[in-house]
Amino acid sequence: MSKKTKLTASIGDQTLRLLTLLMAISVLVLMFWMGWQMFQSAGPSIDKFGFGFITGRVWDPVKEQFGALPFIYGTLMTSLLALLIATPIGLGVAIFLNEMAVTKVRMVVAFLVEMLAAIPSVVYGLWGIFILAPWLRETIQPALAKWFGFLPLFQGTPLGFGMLAGGLILAIMILPTIAAISGEVMAAVPNEQREAALALGATKWEMIRIAVLPYAKSGILGGIMLGLGRALGETMAVTMLIGNRPDILPSLFAPAYSMAAVIANEFTEATYDLYLSALVEIGLILFGITLILNVFARLLVWSVARGPKGGIS
Amino acid sequence: MGHSLSVRNLEAWYGSNKTLKGINMEIAPNQVTAIIGPSGCGKSTFVRCINRMHETLPGTKVKGEILLDEESIYDRDPVALRKMVGMVFQKANPFPSMSIYENVVAGLRLNGMKNKQTLHASAEKSLRMAALWDEVKDRLNYSGMSLSGGQQQRLCIARALAVEPSVLLMDEPASALDPIATTHIEELIRQLKENYTILIVTHNMQQAARIADSTAFFLNGELVEHGPTSEIFTNPNDKRTEDYITGRFG
Amino acid sequence: MNDRLRKYRNTMMMGIFIVATLIALIPLFGVLGYVVINGISALDLDFFMNLPKAMGVSGGGMANAIVGTLIMVLIASLIGMPVGILAAIYLTEYDRTSWLSIAVRFATDVLTGIPSIIVGIVIYTAVVLRMGHFSALAGGLALSIIMIPLIIRSTEEMLKLVSQSIREAGYALGISKRIIILRIILPTAAKGIITGAMLAVARVSGETAPLLFTALGNQYWARSLNEPIAALPVQIYQYATSPYAEWHQLAWAGSLVLILMVVILNLIARFAFRSRSN
Repeated sequence: MSKKTKLTASIGDQTLRLLTLLMAISVLVLMFWMGWQMFQSAGPSIDKFGFGFITGRVWDPVKEQFGALPFIYGTLMTSLLALLIATPIGLGVAIFLNEMAVTKVRMVVAFLVEMLAAIPSVVYGLWGIFILAPWLRETIQPALAKWFGFLPLFQGTPLGFGMLAGGLILAIMILPTIAAISGEVMAAVPNEQREAALALGATKWEMIRIAVLPYAKSGILGGIMLGLGRALGETMAVTMLIGNRPDILPSLFAPAYSMAAVIANEFTEATYDLYLSALVEIGLILFGITLILNVFARLLVWSVARGPKGGIS
Repeated sequence: MGHSLSVRNLEAWYGSNKTLKGINMEIAPNQVTAIIGPSGCGKSTFVRCINRMHETLPGTKVKGEILLDEESIYDRDPVALRKMVGMVFQKANPFPSMSIYENVVAGLRLNGMKNKQTLHASAEKSLRMAALWDEVKDRLNYSGMSLSGGQQQRLCIARALAVEPSVLLMDEPASALDPIATTHIEELIRQLKENYTILIVTHNMQQAARIADSTAFFLNGELVEHGPTSEIFTNPNDKRTEDYITGRFG
Repeated sequence: MNDRLRKYRNTMMMGIFIVATLIALIPLFGVLGYVVINGISALDLDFFMNLPKAMGVSGGGMANAIVGTLIMVLIASLIGMPVGILAAIYLTEYDRTSWLSIAVRFATDVLTGIPSIIVGIVIYTAVVLRMGHFSALAGGLALSIIMIPLIIRSTEEMLKLVSQSIREAGYALGISKRIIILRIILPTAAKGIITGAMLAVARVSGETAPLLFTALGNQYWARSLNEPIAALPVQIYQYATSPYAEWHQLAWAGSLVLILMVVILNLIARFAFRSRSN
């Protein structure tokens, strides 16, 4: 008795299967290949500077001295500033869209928020140079200095260009990410949860606080991490606004430099191998950080989307 | 002409769940055989084994033997087998991207038939057999989704017939339809048995009594009883069958 | 707790969420408004027909950059769409659950998340250095790497929406799996797949960072795919950071063109395709 449970398939069927399999595997290979390619190119710099590359404060290509700390500092400061601004606003948008707006308003506003994400980074940079930076220099920074000047964060000459400008533009750019992912996980909260809260006599806000936010918490955290990932690697707008000076200064008014920006600016000017290698190593660090952030973020978002609802994949 | 089917010691699993526990059954050609039983009794799995659709789901397993016209279905290519054993599903499932006409000839056309005249002839013949021709002949280019539920189901029957199978499996084909559409389908089944061997799964015992020549009662993955419909419904041998058809459970 | 206080607090929080939404939309209208106002005055036929003029000379256009972007987006699409769609077919039609498909999905997520400038670095070290020069091919290749995960994600989602009963209907007719996929499932999901592809095109046409050291940019027409080529976003960047008012003007006009492209693609994708497929 034959008990073949396997399907025999024709040559055409095998060909399509193999072709799609090949393409699927190529995506996997692409990821590893990119990491390997960077790791190799960064080799000379890794060998020469070791861990000191991350803690080194001096970046002087002329003297072949490469320390990435100023770039790491600038990247972290602008990204954290961006998170600080974009998280509450993005959450507000997500709550408005998911819990308050009627369908028509939601469709329009959701589309506008998507547009915010669709505007190319270089256009934000252009707008930042000619509109945002002058406005910061003439209006916002003097006001901040006047009221909060006792804090080291708001001291120094108002230049417009600097970490404040970079952080603000990043906030605008990651806001749609945070809003979209938070909205997604809020939408995954079962309606019974909301109704249970409402049936207990909760106001809308109490319902959101009791039934929606706790349930969506880890997913929202995931959204924030994805936003952070985007901020850390964002290149053009930051390059155009951060001031591009490898200093580590406490004031948000001060010019700084980000990891992506130094790569964008100096990569084609890297005249010798070690210089290029050092720039690639900065890219490798960026790659590693964003990879880890993404893994955690996806896990968090998945855990909510699958969550107690089950069965949804 | 319809073929006979012979099922020998058929066992089937879904994951670790054994849904068929050794079925032996002879199915006569050019007859309507109804499969009845409470939900979860394995009746759907049973018909899905006959055209080897059960195996397409992940985590499934089949053991045993099914002979179609004296030849094992497991010695045939599953794709070729399914041209001989057509199937109509519980919920009408016309291809959404195709017109009424394209739906009917999908089985032929996608298997390589290019001759337009043959396709046209087959489409008309199949739609006539499915008693749908008069209703759709003026709008063959409309989407299959534009039809009513009952019409969609008859479209799916026409689509299955166009391939010219000898056995037709129907998995609760009328359960999602209103009474009038159901009458249409039942009428159709009675006419089709002249040319086909028909296996119909149904949870509706009146329906089985109305249309089937023989009826098989499944319970918990076992075939409890199989015999002429009149006998099953008036004078069942097994106590469980009697309990079921008199409505004591299920 | 006092009911009036609770109501008051509720009203206040709702107000805060509305204000947050309004704040979020300010930059959108700010950016769009300035781009339109500053860009429209420099947008004439010359802009689409001519090459840039020398530094500091007014007039001239970005014809080469527009064409360059179109060429590289085309190259990226030619690579990215087949790879992405085929990989997505594997993930939905052949293997949804094995460790391999989980790994591929994970890689897709990783590739979506890595900064686009990283792609530029990799293509520079792997392609530009080896070939010895910047080129449109390298630029298109870089864009395709950004495109692939986007296409996989959107296509996979759309294929998953195709009801399992459609696949079964195909099997039951004795149609081979390959034909079911190519002639039944893909056409059924076509609208959604095209929508996703258009959004991916919109996304990569605005990418600058991966082109900086792959396509490099060019003030003139590129004569072949093997030499440096201009791209609209790169040109905008170079002009925006230059000290010349005339070039700033062109940067605004270029941004307007870029935004129009992106917005129109988004609008078509959303309203022409998405609404009907739902």
